[in-house]
Amino acid sequence: MTESALTPIKPPFWNNPRTRAIAFQVIALIVTVAVGLYIFDNTQHNLRRLGIASGFGFLSSPSGFDILQSLIPYSATSSYGRVFWVALLNTLLVSALGIVLATLIGFVIGIARLSKNWLISRLALLYIEIFRNIPLLLQIFFWYFAVLRAMPAPRQSLNLGDAAFLNIRGLYLPAPQFQPGFSWVLAALGVAIALAWGLARWARRRQMATGQQFPTLSASLALLAGLPVLTYWLVGSPLAWEYPELQGFNFRGGWVVVPEMASLLLALSIYTAAFIAEIVRAGIQAVSHGQTEASLSLGLDPGQTLRLIILPQALRVIIPPLTNQYLNLTKNSSLAAAIGYPDLVSSFAGTVLNQTGQAIECIAITMAVYLTISLLISLLMNWYNRRVALVER
Amino acid sequence: MKRFKIFAVTSVFLLAASNVHAGATLDTIKKNGFIKCGVSDGLPGFSFADEKGNYSGIDVDVCRAAAAAVFGDATKVKFTPLTAKERFTALQSGEIDLLSRNTTWTSSRDSAQGMNFTGVTYYDGQGFLVNKKLGVSSAKQLDGATICINAGTTHELNLSDYFRANKTKFTPLTYEKSDESAKSLEAGRCDVLTSDQSQLYAQRIKLAKPDDYVVLPEVISKEPLGPVVRHGDDDWFDIVKWALYTMVNAEELGVNSKNVEEMKKSTNPDIKRLLGVEGDKGKDFGLANDWMAAVIKQVGNYGEIFDRNVGAGSPLKIQRGLNALWNQGGLQYAPPLR
Repeated sequence: MTESALTPIKPPFWNNPRTRAIAFQVIALIVTVAVGLYIFDNTQHNLRRLGIASGFGFLSSPSGFDILQSLIPYSATSSYGRVFWVALLNTLLVSALGIVLATLIGFVIGIARLSKNWLISRLALLYIEIFRNIPLLLQIFFWYFAVLRAMPAPRQSLNLGDAAFLNIRGLYLPAPQFQPGFSWVLAALGVAIALAWGLARWARRRQMATGQQFPTLSASLALLAGLPVLTYWLVGSPLAWEYPELQGFNFRGGWVVVPEMASLLLALSIYTAAFIAEIVRAGIQAVSHGQTEASLSLGLDPGQTLRLIILPQALRVIIPPLTNQYLNLTKNSSLAAAIGYPDLVSSFAGTVLNQTGQAIECIAITMAVYLTISLLISLLMNWYNRRVALVER
Repeated sequence: MKRFKIFAVTSVFLLAASNVHAGATLDTIKKNGFIKCGVSDGLPGFSFADEKGNYSGIDVDVCRAAAAAVFGDATKVKFTPLTAKERFTALQSGEIDLLSRNTTWTSSRDSAQGMNFTGVTYYDGQGFLVNKKLGVSSAKQLDGATICINAGTTHELNLSDYFRANKTKFTPLTYEKSDESAKSLEAGRCDVLTSDQSQLYAQRIKLAKPDDYVVLPEVISKEPLGPVVRHGDDDWFDIVKWALYTMVNAEELGVNSKNVEEMKKSTNPDIKRLLGVEGDKGKDFGLANDWMAAVIKQVGNYGEIFDRNVGAGSPLKIQRGLNALWNQGGLQYAPPLR
């Protein structure tokens, strides 16, 4: 037999699956780019025809308006670009606080839902069914227009120990004023964190080697609280408080949690917590009951069983849908516009868009920001998911 | 690629919108058989829908006048209620043909935002509405106050300018809907509501106890309110502009909705031209020669619409003031019909 008889007959190149695949991809790419270019050109043409300004130059012009809440210094002379950062930080603030609160409430309710106590599990069920089934916007309105509007006027504020005041304008808290020596306290806190971490590592190794347990949690807490407090006292209390005071129309000084933020935060976390609770319940129920029985028969108490055996396995089921809830919460925070909380949608895609008239730029920036935030959250959660995932050998 | 995707998605909206007004607005209006007019989300005297959904108000009458001009029928209007924040995008994108929504004429709206103001329906100024309980008699005493504003208005800017100029401080509370601002003022969430004075009077009669509130004397800005069309649509721009001027000229010449037929017999050449009895001034707009007569007959002259909606014949009882005719001490002045 000769060599050539072994070589199969080459099909024509248009029948080669590889060539075809590449050809189709190239065509798809060309069509996408062409449509994109057409849209871009059409937009440019129409903007010019209508005499509407375009480009991102407006970001450096002065805004001329004030904003209710700002985490960074801002005034009406700041630029539109600054408004963007103020609004973005407001969005991130309410989302971050919302995620933490929703997770805490969600886990507690989710675990309570599985409680053997009839009353507790039914109460958890009631919570879930009520808050999961009422539209979020209505819940925001409920907290804002029904609950927080019932607070007294500034002059009849609820006085909480002459330090904090609660009224219709918000919750006024004393603001800490850091004196020069305060950096020592922060340094002490850093040292305490490092020590606690080292302690946990050592305790783990010792338990692996000898089986002896060490009260890591209480020791770490003592370290974390004790060291900074001790330093604080040693360097002579380098912290003063600025108390809110009633002056004219409002309280001045101190920190204020405005009702717009409070109602948004409450509604977001309570609503999302109902979904998280169901996810936690499902995650725990996904762990075979045999695990609990095995753990109990090994002599672990129910608390340890939950913490050491059930939750680590349940987390594998919980994390992916939990990520979705975090994304939802962040995106839902844009409902802020309905009650005047100055978030990204209300201040930037709202007021700035309106004052400049540059709708495409403002909306494009806002969409890009939400996309970025969402991708970052999923990256982070995917990383965490990989860490807790089952490692197969 | 990601950036491209976002851009593509955004542009699609504009693309979809731009196709709508690819032709001249006037052609589209004639083809549709009605005018799409953007009005406010509920401001007594300017644009307000009653429980049956019938709109009334000075801004609404401007829309009707334009419809009477184009179709000879003032009812050929489709109203779209818009918040302050939505209004310009709605006009730019072609969702509406005419924006008549107590909108202040400013340089940036005329230039960078691609719009044309056709005239001034109402000369206004920004003021403050406060609860009498506060014992405030002047805006100068408002240092430290919490102030409710509507998002996307010139008031946001004027307010900051005013407080900066007086070196005083305030807390802004920005709502999208004027009703929310009013509710916040009633609940005491804010001390002051700021807006155009005409709007403050209108908001006040919507409050549960109007007598508890007072409009402060200061006027901190010039707010000429007028109808707006898109840039680059000259035929349509001219018609809207002259629909308003027709009503002002009619008041000056003593022609009103009741005597318009009788006035057609008048010997005054100005009136003859106005009512299309003599010459072809009407035809110059590409409309019926007697379109101005139709506007006056079906909507009224400026004095009538002012009186009916915001003046003595309405619950608002606002004085003519700056809005009186030029020969009666006001600013309302229309170019001659020649």
